[in-house]
Amino acid sequence: MMENLSISDPPLHGGPGGVPSGVLGRPPPQAQQPQQLPAQMFTTAAQLLDLTDKKLMLALRDGRKLTGILRSWDQFANLVLQSTKERIFVPPGYGPDPSRGLYADIDKGIFLVRGENVLLLGEIDLDKDDDPPPGYDLGEVELVQSLAKARKQEEKLKEKSKVRKLATIGFEGENQGEVLL
Amino acid sequence: MLFFSFFKTLIDHEVTVELKNDIQIRGILKSVDQYLNIKLEDISVVEELKYPHLSAVKNVFIRGSVVRYVHLPAGAVDIPLLEDATRREAANQAGKAK
Repeated sequence: MMENLSISDPPLHGGPGGVPSGVLGRPPPQAQQPQQLPAQMFTTAAQLLDLTDKKLMLALRDGRKLTGILRSWDQFANLVLQSTKERIFVPPGYGPDPSRGLYADIDKGIFLVRGENVLLLGEIDLDKDDDPPPGYDLGEVELVQSLAKARKQEEKLKEKSKVRKLATIGFEGENQGEVLL
Repeated sequence: MLFFSFFKTLIDHEVTVELKNDIQIRGILKSVDQYLNIKLEDISVVEELKYPHLSAVKNVFIRGSVVRYVHLPAGAVDIPLLEDATRREAANQAGKAK
């Protein structure tokens, strides 16, 4: 039923779906904007509905960056992306020109992503989409892939030793065993 | 539900969301849901050059589970109201426990 609603719809009449009367327990002040917003706006579905059929950048928990068109989703933010490409980055200092970074896109097709792996979904500004990220150049896929792989390996080792050192003095990392990039 | 309601009162204010991977994203808070997933518009990323994947992004949906902090505009927080609501919530919880 959520699918047919959008943020611009008027609020439902009263009831559980209506405007929460006095969000923080006070009677809603007259014409105060936040309290007047329809409750259906504040659901995962409403937030994702706006992004449907748009080109998005998806950052995953394992550090991968995907771009694609959002075609379907559910309340857990499980997502279906069409025409997905994985974009890999090599930051400045790791490539042939130490002052510039490199990136490359790899075609991946259709992706179904389980919600728990989603970090962030970004709507891409199509005006800026064709420009390379500042400080980065498009590189050859094989080169970028191998550089990125080497760098990931290095980061992993660093992270591992950091976590180990922290553990000896009693800290348990909040993202232990996982490198969030 | 208290924090959900609280964040709803901050809609259309500028906030900075710090994620567990240390990215800080500033933008206008446009929506929040029961999981505290957050939608920001017109974003700018602190240390943008470190995060090239966000260079062409204007609006973001952030999964609540990856948020570490939300930096709030102090002026937008109605402290007496928040205190009230907190006490009410605590009283409710105590009532439920009995």
